[in-house]
Amino acid sequence: MTTANNPLLELAGVGKRFGGLAALSAVSLHIGRGEIYGLIGPNGAGKTTLFNVVTGLYQLDEGNFTFDGVAYSRCKPHVLAEAGIARTFQNIRLFANMTALENIMVGCHVRTRSGIWGALTRNAAARAEERAIAQRARELLRYVGIDRPHETLAKHLSYGEQRRLEIARALATEPKLLALDEPAAGMNATETGSLKTLLQTIRASGITVLLIEHDVKLIMGLCDRVTVLDYGRKIAEGVPEQVRRDPAVIAAYLGGEAA
Amino acid sequence: MNLKHKPLLAALAIALLLLPFATDAMLGRGWVRIADFALLYIMLALGLNIVVGYAGLLDLGYVAFFAVGAYNYALLSSPQFGLHWPFWVVLPLGALLACCFGVLLGAPTLKLRGDYLAIVTLGFGEIIRIFLNNLNAPVNITNGPQGISMIDPIRAGEFSMGGEHQLFGLAFPATHLHYYLFLLFTLLVIFVSRRLEGSRIGRAWMAIREDEVAAEAMGLNTRNIKLLAFAMGATFGGLSGGLFAGFQGFVSPESFSLMESIMILCMVVLGGMGNIGGVILGGVLLVLLPEALRNGAGPMQQALFGKTLVDPESLRMLMFGLALIAVMLLRPAGLWPSTQRRRELSPDEMISHQEQDTVYDNSK
Repeated sequence: MTTANNPLLELAGVGKRFGGLAALSAVSLHIGRGEIYGLIGPNGAGKTTLFNVVTGLYQLDEGNFTFDGVAYSRCKPHVLAEAGIARTFQNIRLFANMTALENIMVGCHVRTRSGIWGALTRNAAARAEERAIAQRARELLRYVGIDRPHETLAKHLSYGEQRRLEIARALATEPKLLALDEPAAGMNATETGSLKTLLQTIRASGITVLLIEHDVKLIMGLCDRVTVLDYGRKIAEGVPEQVRRDPAVIAAYLGGEAA
Repeated sequence: MNLKHKPLLAALAIALLLLPFATDAMLGRGWVRIADFALLYIMLALGLNIVVGYAGLLDLGYVAFFAVGAYNYALLSSPQFGLHWPFWVVLPLGALLACCFGVLLGAPTLKLRGDYLAIVTLGFGEIIRIFLNNLNAPVNITNGPQGISMIDPIRAGEFSMGGEHQLFGLAFPATHLHYYLFLLFTLLVIFVSRRLEGSRIGRAWMAIREDEVAAEAMGLNTRNIKLLAFAMGATFGGLSGGLFAGFQGFVSPESFSLMESIMILCMVVLGGMGNIGGVILGGVLLVLLPEALRNGAGPMQQALFGKTLVDPESLRMLMFGLALIAVMLLRPAGLWPSTQRRRELSPDEMISHQEQDTVYDNSK
């Protein structure tokens, strides 16, 4: 569970602005190894911005963050992916015209090495690696519960399957931290239920999960701790039950003065 | 390779081997030459296919790499500088040099996408051509618009491909010899393309084509992978350029105009982006069709109207444009699309996709 003195991801005074708009200001938080950590807040609160900062898609303007003991401030996405942060996207960003299997195989890219020479000669090492990649991709497809011919194009999968395929692709990068941006968005109750089970399995396998979600029930049932963002600031942090009753949080969601 | 394809492949191989002699006998020597050019263009189209078809980077200046390969050969193997290096040095050197130019073009343009990349690459292609056109003063390097002539033919030892040879009791004129040489190189390029397509690198290219941001987030070093695509594509271009110079014996800047780049791009798009077979088909058609029109349109008008009403040359471009429009309307994914592209562009799918989108919107 929570090991606050040895966090996996630690944000210290992280700020990001777009022109005059402070999308994030002075956000500090720490995520322990093995936690499922929730990130909630009204639309436009800066949740996805925070994701983009820790995955390197945005460069932060203030502060820095430490992942697995290494400090990062300006960094390319692929470096962070290699360090062990994998993510999914709020609006699904699969490789739509590649097959389900290929999508996951691309995820394996960062942990494999064969280059041009291997591709041209198809030497023993390259073939073994390619077999291992395909094998791992098939396993992951089963793991997230997509029961379809492997040649199915990603865009032909159902909505829920596409969400799960994104998770499988992220898992293929062998992450330490899996960051999920609204994985349950648009899912029905059954799909959300199986997603919950999947996330628990993932956590049990030793991967830390960072979760943006609007589904309060899912957050409450799943997360060990939650941070609430509003207008780019952290307004509350703690266990879900406690956060739910926080007056500042209620005000942020319902508007008006904090009662 | 599938077993049931074996007889088909054998038949194709025999047809390709007999092609120059059959063409020579039926249509004349000129058409063998056209076949040689078709092979050069196929190599170019396959090179561009790596950049455009696999990695999804729109390159409108591709002919520049062809020019680099050709001029490299011309300068190192002609009386221009009195250098007469053997082709087995000059040809790989040209490919390597083109590869470097590919990286040189790729490096500053990596952050650009879509239309912006197209415009910068277009500029690059023109810069190379204009350089070649003007590098005759103050020091004469490229001989300017006059071009470089009397380029050495491709030769190995005493065996020069510039003249006719008796082999196996058959007379092989220069065009035939070049045909076989080009065929060999084309097969090499096809082999390399196929191997890359099905590899970890090929998947990375396609991932970048599909969604660059997602590819980056999945840990792909998009900079290096895109550079690799540019470099590989350019290498094929440089190779083809060297062969062109050795075959033609003459190079001048006007062979490397923007029109050529567009022509090569048309081969890729028309034939079927990302599909090696389609790209080859596109290359063959776009070389043969204009020639057929050029040779056929004049006499046909004479026969029909008794005089030439429209200049065959302008008619050629008109017909060519019409053919392109027709193909794009009737087969938007190309004549022989990759299976993926075909599914991507089928009309039913577009509708089902739009429906799906609305469903998503409502669920938000």
